[in-house]
Amino acid sequence: MSAQAVATEPESDIVIDVEGLTKSFGGPPVVKNLTMQVHKGLIYGFLGPNGSGKTTTLRMLCGLLTPDSGRGTCLGYDIRTQTADIKRHVGYMTQRFSLYQDLSIRENLEFVARIYNLDHPRQAAQDAIVRLGLENRADQLAGDLSGGWKQRLALGACILPQPELLLLDEPTAGVDPKARRDFWDEIHKLAHEGLTVLVSTHYMDEAERCHEITYIAYGEILAHGSVAQVVADAHLSTYTVTGPDLSDLAEYLKTLDGVDMVAPFGVELHVSGRDGAKLDTATATLRAEGPQVWTQGEPTLEDVFIDLMSKTKDNYA
Amino acid sequence: MSVESDVDRRTRGFRASFSRLRATFIKEFLQLRRDRITFATMIFIPLMQLLLFGTAINTNPRHLPTAVLIQDDSSFARSFLAAMRATDYFDISTSASSEEDLDHLILSGKVQFGVQIPAHFGRDLIRGDRPAILVIADATDPTATGSAVAALNGLSQTVFSRELTGAAASLAPKKPPYDLRVHLRYNPAIETRLNIVPGLMGTILTLTMLIFTGLSVTREIERGTMESLLAMPIRPVEIMLGKIAPYVVVGGLQMTLILSAARLLFGVPIEGSLPLLIALTLLFIVANLSVGYTFSTIATNQLQAMQMSFFFFLPNMLLSGFMFPFRGMPQWAQNFGEVLPLTHYLRIVRGIMLKGATFVDLQLDVLALALFTLAAMALAVARFRQTLD
Repeated sequence: MSAQAVATEPESDIVIDVEGLTKSFGGPPVVKNLTMQVHKGLIYGFLGPNGSGKTTTLRMLCGLLTPDSGRGTCLGYDIRTQTADIKRHVGYMTQRFSLYQDLSIRENLEFVARIYNLDHPRQAAQDAIVRLGLENRADQLAGDLSGGWKQRLALGACILPQPELLLLDEPTAGVDPKARRDFWDEIHKLAHEGLTVLVSTHYMDEAERCHEITYIAYGEILAHGSVAQVVADAHLSTYTVTGPDLSDLAEYLKTLDGVDMVAPFGVELHVSGRDGAKLDTATATLRAEGPQVWTQGEPTLEDVFIDLMSKTKDNYA
Repeated sequence: MSVESDVDRRTRGFRASFSRLRATFIKEFLQLRRDRITFATMIFIPLMQLLLFGTAINTNPRHLPTAVLIQDDSSFARSFLAAMRATDYFDISTSASSEEDLDHLILSGKVQFGVQIPAHFGRDLIRGDRPAILVIADATDPTATGSAVAALNGLSQTVFSRELTGAAASLAPKKPPYDLRVHLRYNPAIETRLNIVPGLMGTILTLTMLIFTGLSVTREIERGTMESLLAMPIRPVEIMLGKIAPYVVVGGLQMTLILSAARLLFGVPIEGSLPLLIALTLLFIVANLSVGYTFSTIATNQLQAMQMSFFFFLPNMLLSGFMFPFRGMPQWAQNFGEVLPLTHYLRIVRGIMLKGATFVDLQLDVLALALFTLAAMALAVARFRQTLD
């Protein structure tokens, strides 16, 4: 669906276009030879474990970090030389709450409105407060807000100057499910209005709400495409196992050749292998004799990511 | 794309720059108002320093405790003691019984001066034997004794004029063949507070201004707000001016407070032009704010910024002529002192308040302050890290 939409879109609709970005902070590179393109109006998910280079990449895109090598554009502006232009058109929401805790919600929003020289900063801030549903808390200090409200406020501040691109760095970390859902509804609404959103996250359910995803680990892109594409490209065969003694079974399965990943999901066990035939052979006796029930299943995105993770870990071990 | 052109229109040019400056100014002011401890320090540091230093420091002390050992019962001895008392420098509080006793009184610090008038002083004097009066001064603190000793020397001309008449008139000291007239201008009574209180205005402003802006950038880094700020289209020079401006207002308040206290509590005159004094004090405030801001761009945390501020404050206090006479310092120290803003401000503030100096008299110092400010600001803007690299 979205993958096809991407394919038919003309070149000029590319909002982020970077090639070979590399960045290190003295040690080994945090981001290695990263190449990516993001199309206009899409919600682009940026996934990966902690320390995989997500934040560094976002910072390079909005001009907060200078890449060691590589080149590219963001909204058509060069990420090395035109950072001032990028900053005028990009809204960047940091991972850590970075509005002023000792200013009220209203004061924070008015500050942003004045920085971007909006015509009527007070009115713009008031409109944002109403839109965010923060009327009752407008004069509360930002530092006193709960996690969910802080994140809403941060998003509100980001979109106040009407950016064309939103960069959100783990915006829903530590936020309850209801607030997360509201947040994603808002993001979809914004994307529908034409805003491009690049969002980094840990959560698989959030990844499935993105039009396109990229999985990055150790600074390298391991998978890319729509969710369906990524799952299909992984070529994983998966069985879902139910029944008694699953933990003992899991320990045993891990020793079998042909079984690449065993992961418990509640009362189920997901057993996956990269080579379907090998997996079938290895588990043939178990499947025939029980006592557990084996059913052929579709791998989930999480299965794919855990597999990708273990694969890279092997490469680095 | 209408959105794009709209953003471009809004965020480019001089008016946009002014709006960003204004945003930072308002933000800093709100934060300042909410930070009660800082607010309290702003008022109490100057008041406390002024009251403590202004009343405690006196480099020309009078009424120093003095012990006497009188072994002669002539009227000359009595006249001498009376004349000593009359200088106001000596408070003859103790009578020693022996030379050992006198030594002990000096050694134990009970008295600052010991005076011994030997036996037969009056008789020997009349005989023309030039008898000696011994004055022992505790000179561990030279400033405390210097003026008193000088006053004592001055006595010799006149002290026995009443006794040495008639036959003894030939023994009276001869007048030198010329008159030496010393005019102590601007502070004829040599009152220390007239020197100290204007100087205090300089040191207090240096200390508080340095600390205020010294913390401003590092605080944003420590609280994590710098990342957002840097992701916004604001220039380093706008951040700097927006952060300095609120404290110029604060510095102005402190100046008003100190000037009022100087006038009302300490009776320090303002001989020169008050508007000139205010204008140049504001320049001095900006100079220190920009130094503090520069430290803030170099330091990586608030503690470091604080240490740098003190590192800068110390030479200002010691080598500017506030603590010790500027011309008493070795040449290298004087050269170093010329670089410090407080040195120039002390000349300005003492010049205007005590001597009635005008702009023309002070133009070199004003120039030095202005150059210093510009250099500090240029360094701060150059040092400001626009990325998180």
